[in-house]
Amino acid sequence: MAEYWYFNEAFAEEASSYFLERPEPVIVMDFTIGERDFVNAGNASSQIKMALKRLGVDHDILRRIAIASYEAEINETAHARGGEITGNIYPEFVVIKFYDKGPGMKDIEQSMVPGFSTADEQVREMGFGAGLGLPNIKKNVDVLHIDSEEGGRTLLEFMIFFRKKS
Amino acid sequence: MKLKEFINAVNAQFLTSEIETDMEISGGYASDLLSDVMGNAHEGQIWITIMRHLNVVAVASLANIAAVIFSNKMKPDEAVIKKANEEGIILLATNMTTFEVAGRLYQLLHP
Repeated sequence: MAEYWYFNEAFAEEASSYFLERPEPVIVMDFTIGERDFVNAGNASSQIKMALKRLGVDHDILRRIAIASYEAEINETAHARGGEITGNIYPEFVVIKFYDKGPGMKDIEQSMVPGFSTADEQVREMGFGAGLGLPNIKKNVDVLHIDSEEGGRTLLEFMIFFRKKS
Repeated sequence: MKLKEFINAVNAQFLTSEIETDMEISGGYASDLLSDVMGNAHEGQIWITIMRHLNVVAVASLANIAAVIFSNKMKPDEAVIKKANEEGIILLATNMTTFEVAGRLYQLLHP
């Protein structure tokens, strides 16, 4: 079992206490993602974006959430056998979890390197597979946590605060 | 620069219903890789591509792209246009190549 953590310094303390306590979210949004379902890919991210927009989340923050979420959603459909997405909304931040059905990642650190991709021809024809997905996610989030092992399921979750970095 | 000036300059055709062409355009991005667009295109830009899949609409919507222009006589199918109309994304098409469209757009933005 391999684990990867990234923390944005500005929110590290607050974020760490969240991951230790895992408090109950105010709003929970659940979605199921099918394997290679490129027609519906993006719907979950779009619905989470709309819900947060109604709650008044800042425009630029919303864009970061939408991009990170869409990349992770695509990963679930393109690289895994589908899975689940859970959007946990709190007053100050959102935590979105992507729990796929495998087959897991061989080397998480390697997958974080821009340009590295295991995508096949079909995925590339769709315009994905440039090896920019995980780097894009990291660039837009305040916390990134990946838990994966080869042959098993992957959990990717990220946290984004609604207030801007000070 | 306004969207309508760009539409005239590249002789673009509206694929989605004609909405508001007075909107300000801040720049452009030319790419057929969706993650590249999400990582590097900015809000309010015109996205030039030959990628015609439904995912183009999702990316444009999630990343707040002002308008998508399909270059080199490429046109997406009806399902893509329908989805774009639902999401309020402007889709355009032109006979010019990506290189030409980007060049004209650059000229308009940096006269």
